[in-house]
Amino acid sequence: MKTVLKLSSGRHSVEIHETGSGDNWLMFLHGAGGLLGAEVFLDLLGRDFHVIAPHLPGYGESTGGELIEDVFDAVLFYHELMDELGIGSAHLVGHSMGGMLAAELAAFSPNRVKRLVLIASAGLWLDEHPIPDFFSADVRELPAMLFYDPNSPTARLLMSTPDDTEALTAMYIERSKRLAMASKFLWPIPDRGLKKRAYRIKTPTMLLWGESDRLVPPAYARAFQTCIRNASVEIIPEAGHMLPYEKPEEFCKKVSGFLRS
Amino acid sequence: MKFTWFHLMPYRFLPDDFKRKYRSVWVDIPRDLYDPRVGHKLYNEYLDELEFADKMGFDGLGVNEHHQNGYGLMPSPNIMAGALARRTKNANLVVLGNSIALYNPPIRVAEEFAMLDVLSGGRLVAGFPLGTSMDTVFCYGEVPATLREKYREAHDLIVRAWTEPKPFAFNGRFTKLRYVNLWPRPLQQPHPPIWVPGGGSVETWDFCAEHGYQYSFLSYFGYKAAKKVADGYWEAMARWGRDFNPYSLGFAQVVAVAETDNQAERDYAAHMDYFYNRCLHVHIGFVDAPGYRSPASIRASLVGQINKQGRWLREGLTWKDFVEQGYIIAGSPRTVRDGLREAIKSLRCGHLMLLFQIGSMPPELVRKSTEMFAREVMPHLRDMWPGYEDRWWPKRLPADEMAVPGSTYADPSNLMADENKATPRANEASK
Repeated sequence: MKTVLKLSSGRHSVEIHETGSGDNWLMFLHGAGGLLGAEVFLDLLGRDFHVIAPHLPGYGESTGGELIEDVFDAVLFYHELMDELGIGSAHLVGHSMGGMLAAELAAFSPNRVKRLVLIASAGLWLDEHPIPDFFSADVRELPAMLFYDPNSPTARLLMSTPDDTEALTAMYIERSKRLAMASKFLWPIPDRGLKKRAYRIKTPTMLLWGESDRLVPPAYARAFQTCIRNASVEIIPEAGHMLPYEKPEEFCKKVSGFLRS
Repeated sequence: MKFTWFHLMPYRFLPDDFKRKYRSVWVDIPRDLYDPRVGHKLYNEYLDELEFADKMGFDGLGVNEHHQNGYGLMPSPNIMAGALARRTKNANLVVLGNSIALYNPPIRVAEEFAMLDVLSGGRLVAGFPLGTSMDTVFCYGEVPATLREKYREAHDLIVRAWTEPKPFAFNGRFTKLRYVNLWPRPLQQPHPPIWVPGGGSVETWDFCAEHGYQYSFLSYFGYKAAKKVADGYWEAMARWGRDFNPYSLGFAQVVAVAETDNQAERDYAAHMDYFYNRCLHVHIGFVDAPGYRSPASIRASLVGQINKQGRWLREGLTWKDFVEQGYIIAGSPRTVRDGLREAIKSLRCGHLMLLFQIGSMPPELVRKSTEMFAREVMPHLRDMWPGYEDRWWPKRLPADEMAVPGSTYADPSNLMADENKATPRANEASK
């Protein structure tokens, strides 16, 4: 279900994708590409949790992107959103850039995060494993960066572009708008100091990676494990950076299992 | 009408298989393709060409800033302008320019431009480009989403540093300074003319119109393609209630002159091909970083200079295509005269930035084209736009105050107001 919520501060309208119901909240934070309207895994998670997946300002119909200049503004935004929805604490599940922001939120306010799942998360930098530059990648290079099988039906669906010029222009502008916001956290190097704050993450944390992630390789799972005290690593075979899209059932099984244990 | 002889300073010896073998001339061009011993010769060859243009009577000598770029070897155009300041005396120095958002603190630009202005006796045009997506985002790591805001802040700081009479504190978002106090300050008052080179973003037109700066459209694709940009600029000027004055618009054009149209093709065709197919071979992913252009600029469909379509269109283009599509104005003096007159009228521009040294062109051809232009083209176009005052041109020192390198001077303290004169004790003691 899609809703648009206007925050009482008046600073943002937030487009929210919502599945499930009840008090067992799960907040999903999307990656740099944003929600793509093909999140089967959110429907699956909705069976066990009350899932909200907000579009970060600058994405979709969420407004006020210009007010979010850095990681700290983003963390405050998520606080404000949780307050508005009456969510005291929630499970946090973040993918890629969303993992970075979820980890920051957990470091700033450990008591608002029940359990934390970081999927193919950004936020650290290893010189031995430089993350490829996806901002300059052209459309022919992206599928191989993002997917285990760049020719799978899922990859083709998510990478498809409309033939119609109008729709293509609109898509180009939306992509530019989304990645411009993402660049505030990720460009030129996706490291804004999370490493020194990660010690504050006390909640049990699962680091979930696709074995064939060529964008943020699994070495980063180990790197997160060294700076988060209570973290376990799960590697899913035959999956890439877009793991939740590529393997929705397996992904949800792992996440639900971890959050309910 | 004014003519600036503009140099990009390309590397002239990129290999024949460059385009096939490498993805981009810019940002990640292989470092070992540059030989610094060749580079030494090239810098000196290019400075000689600019000095020659000064002798040939061009109004301005143009240099610009690019980074990690095989067709633009000037990360710091100020160094070239410094060299030119000493070896030229007539032409003004059109530095187009310094990408002011890239300097930390941007006061560095205020200082270096002030140095150039003082050194050259007030011959400086100060260019403030935003900088391309390649230079700013991919080479210098700027966050594209905040680049324009950073640019505006740097602009405000530099202009205040040039004009405020007393030290001041500056509390910007990107730059915070306790004491802004420029030493030396510029010679031209209140400051050197500011030109803003651009690639067609709608925001830049408004910025120029708002502040009364000159706008220079730097494109390599000729006056026919530039018409839409020029019209957009003049519309923005009208919106801001600015009077029409052709000198507030500059335009860059590739030109080449020879005895006949056919001779021009024989002389220059290979070098044009080198320029358009090797020098402008830029990876598409670098051209338009997300957030570099506003949605308004994207929507205005003023496609980037080196866009996908442009590259496709250029594949297999011949000399005839370059000429007919107006990328270049080339041929006999008459052909070039007619072509330029049409370009100037259609864009309504008072300043031309002319690119003579193109791609792999060797110095003897550069001189030939330059000299023929100076003798047989320029004089015929001089009288265009009579009656308009060029308020965007340097105001240099009077001739009797201009220093001559290598000569001895009268005591410069004679120029000073009496109350500022100090007693030159050291000199007295040595007498």
